[in-house]
Amino acid sequence: MMQEGSDDGPDFLSEEDRGAAEALPVMTAGPSRCSHLKKPSRERSSRWDMLRAINVDLQTDAALQVDISDALSERDKVKFTVHTKSSLPNFKQNEFSVVRQHEEFIWLHDSFVENEDYAGYIIPPAPPRPDFDASREKLQKLGEGEGSMTKEEFTKMKQELEAEYLAIFKKTVAMHEVFLCRVAAHPILRKDLNFHVFLEYNQDLSVRGKNKKEKLEDFFKNMVKSADGVIVSGVKDVDDFFEHERTFLVEYHNRVKDASAKSDKMTRSHKNVADDYNRIGSSLYALGTQDSTDICKFFLKVSELFDKTRKIEARVSADEDLKLSDLLKYYLRESQAAKDLLYRRSRSLVDYENANKALDKARAKNKDVLQAETTQQICCQKFEKISESAKQELIDFKTRRVAAFRKNLVELAELELKHAKGNLQLLQSCLAVLNGDT
Amino acid sequence: MASERELSLLADVRPVDFEVLEDGKNVFVSPVSTLESSPSSPEPASLPAEDLSTNSNGPKPAEVMPDDDREDLFAEATEEVSLDSPERDPVLPPESPPVITPVTPTTLVAPRMELRSVTAPVIFDRSREEIEEEANGHLLDVEINVSDPEKVGDGMNAYMAYRVTTKTSLSMFHKNEFSVKRRFSDFLGLHSKLATKYIHIGYIVPPAPEKSIVGMTKVKVGKEDSSSAEFVEKRRAALERYLQRTVKHPTLLQDPDLRQFLESSELPRAVNTQALSGAGILRMVNKAADAVNKMTIKMNESDAWFEEKQQQFENLDQQLRKLHASVETLVCHRKELSANTAAFAKSAAMLGNSEDHTALSRALSQLAEVEEKIDQLHQEQAFADFSVFSELLGDYIRLIAAVKGVFDHRMKCWQKWQDAQVILQKKREAEAKLQLANRPDKQQQAKDDIKEWETKVQQGEKDFEQVSKTIREEVQRFERERVKDFKTVIIKYLELLVQTQQQLIKHWEAFLPEAKSIA
Repeated sequence: MMQEGSDDGPDFLSEEDRGAAEALPVMTAGPSRCSHLKKPSRERSSRWDMLRAINVDLQTDAALQVDISDALSERDKVKFTVHTKSSLPNFKQNEFSVVRQHEEFIWLHDSFVENEDYAGYIIPPAPPRPDFDASREKLQKLGEGEGSMTKEEFTKMKQELEAEYLAIFKKTVAMHEVFLCRVAAHPILRKDLNFHVFLEYNQDLSVRGKNKKEKLEDFFKNMVKSADGVIVSGVKDVDDFFEHERTFLVEYHNRVKDASAKSDKMTRSHKNVADDYNRIGSSLYALGTQDSTDICKFFLKVSELFDKTRKIEARVSADEDLKLSDLLKYYLRESQAAKDLLYRRSRSLVDYENANKALDKARAKNKDVLQAETTQQICCQKFEKISESAKQELIDFKTRRVAAFRKNLVELAELELKHAKGNLQLLQSCLAVLNGDT
Repeated sequence: MASERELSLLADVRPVDFEVLEDGKNVFVSPVSTLESSPSSPEPASLPAEDLSTNSNGPKPAEVMPDDDREDLFAEATEEVSLDSPERDPVLPPESPPVITPVTPTTLVAPRMELRSVTAPVIFDRSREEIEEEANGHLLDVEINVSDPEKVGDGMNAYMAYRVTTKTSLSMFHKNEFSVKRRFSDFLGLHSKLATKYIHIGYIVPPAPEKSIVGMTKVKVGKEDSSSAEFVEKRRAALERYLQRTVKHPTLLQDPDLRQFLESSELPRAVNTQALSGAGILRMVNKAADAVNKMTIKMNESDAWFEEKQQQFENLDQQLRKLHASVETLVCHRKELSANTAAFAKSAAMLGNSEDHTALSRALSQLAEVEEKIDQLHQEQAFADFSVFSELLGDYIRLIAAVKGVFDHRMKCWQKWQDAQVILQKKREAEAKLQLANRPDKQQQAKDDIKEWETKVQQGEKDFEQVSKTIREEVQRFERERVKDFKTVIIKYLELLVQTQQQLIKHWEAFLPEAKSIA
């Protein structure tokens, strides 16, 4: 996801530029201004200002640069401000912005998928739908339970939940942005007309979400596709490269799915522990203020420690979420897109082979030979075109993947170290004070 | 004669060792039977002595003595070895400590509580703090370990036997180091005896660990899984803490029952502690009755200190319960975290296996290893959370319940006193009536009655004051202990947290170069 955008960097960069790319600010680290959030019980809308995020540093950089400069969260919609800077002649202006919603991103993605010309490319996975339900529910519960807890506790929890909401918001913006950047970086996709319309047309695209009928159609299509996929995958590939890729991708995809789920659970547990520290800190504080013996200072100091250590633990959880869970989730989607590519190729191979058989039959019967020949030609060309671009795409995929994992694992380790050291220092200084007292 | 009556009250007194401690070095033991035999010196059954402090005031003669004889006894006692001097060994500490001229017990405790009037606990007016300070070093010369849980027997009659090892330099014990095998019901029996003897006169007796039918059944049935091992370990630690708290109490340390528990190889089985036994049911009924009584006693609290303290303990109780609940949730979540980390580690290892880029594959495997180690850390930390922090809180919640119990007993004492006063009044009225009716035959009886009840009223008042005094000292001691305990435990807990963080740093530092080396 956000890693994704900057991973495109090393791909296309020349050696010299690579160093510069590494130093580029990554979206996740960028601070974002947010206006003061209103009381949780009322419906809130907040403006988030995202600073310069992913800078997809390509050689053709000046040609097309896309980012999400702003985002607005309303009731159940998120409005993204898509900002484009381009020197391409296709566009009327050099710099412009439009407001887009999630459904429009999906429309764009689907249009790529359905486009036969792009069958040979890994279509950048669509961003997941913004989901604030859980967070909103928690905030609501907090508002309802306001009377049952002390003022400090309430403020603390409110801050936490607001931070959570903010984090989810940032993530969804990042994911949408990464999608656009991937498209903009792709030499073929960036030229897509729909994409240009998406970027430029400053009216509503009137893309409604799929209605029931269409959703049902989609469902059947998927079923057919997976059934077909099974049949198609039974066909052994002549090309070793693709055969290997297929086995690899299938297994990899499953394992990434598993790892992503487990990583999610782990980060959630971490968050629970941090929350517990919060409650313990509050209890200790209450004990400290009520106690009459000289242990009250002691309790207060320990309560303070728990508060601080909680913040660090929460940060650990958030960072693990970002660097590990999100990474795995993104590659889950990417590997699915790669699998889809392989499927399309296999499909076209099957079509090609069928066309061959039909041609032989036609020649044997000496009927409709020309037609059969043309069909066969088309299939052949299609297959070869797909194979060629697919090969490159898959190689690129691997490079991107390795770079993304490397970057995130390094950052994960560095952050874990930073937090553990911070924690350690807190604990040691607290112990020093407590031991000095007694 | 009153003395005869006194004697009759003591008829069921159990012979008990009679000891004196001097600077914890000398033990003075004499057979109690001689006490009983001497007509002029009825004595309460168990006479645990207490370390004599530097306060050379010596024990003041018991104020509670309704009987002249008794007073004499103790008056003598303050000077020298009284009563049974011929039978006793001379009490002369080798080093002749600067202090203690009184050689006799400083604390006398009433025997097992009977339903009749309580023989007054005679507690010498010694500053407890002084005693403790001076004896601090010596009292702590008792080190108790509970170890080696062993399953004895089979099936539903099986039980766990624990080895109780005592190391001490106190001479009131026969040896310096000894150990015995005890089972859980023995501990409960000990507590029950101590409670009967001491709570009603105001001592805070540390509560024994709780029964757990579920836990024990699992052990009996022979489930060799980790949860029953955990249960046994938890119980072992709790029993150890219980004994350690009990021996820290200067008065309880003197108790012969405690000594018997620690020393004798054979202990009569305490069947009354079984939950479903007759005694158990009686206990439950009594508890219920007590609760009802508590609600009906409206005490005229003349001492603001008690009211204040009761309120404080209420608050403390609430806060501790809340904190305890939070810590238990923490333990639970950390265990979850540990399980999830382990699951993730496995998953990452699988992912590393299927990754076809060698360097990345290796790094992912390394990540899996790191996460596995971290999972271990989480497990250990969860255990520490529990055994250090959570159990302490649990212990103190139970201790505070014991403190509240002591306060309740004081109320009962007061009630008894008041009741005696009411009856005395009635007797007086009856006597006056008889006088008017001129019934000399019954008048004598009435006069006797009055005398009896006057005594009881006096006794009641003295008892009440004594209990109040004891409670004050006990509460102060309790507060001191509490502060110490909490500080020690919390610091220990924080140190464990420090260790965890240091290990975390180690693991991630080992991983970082691996991650960086992905080409």
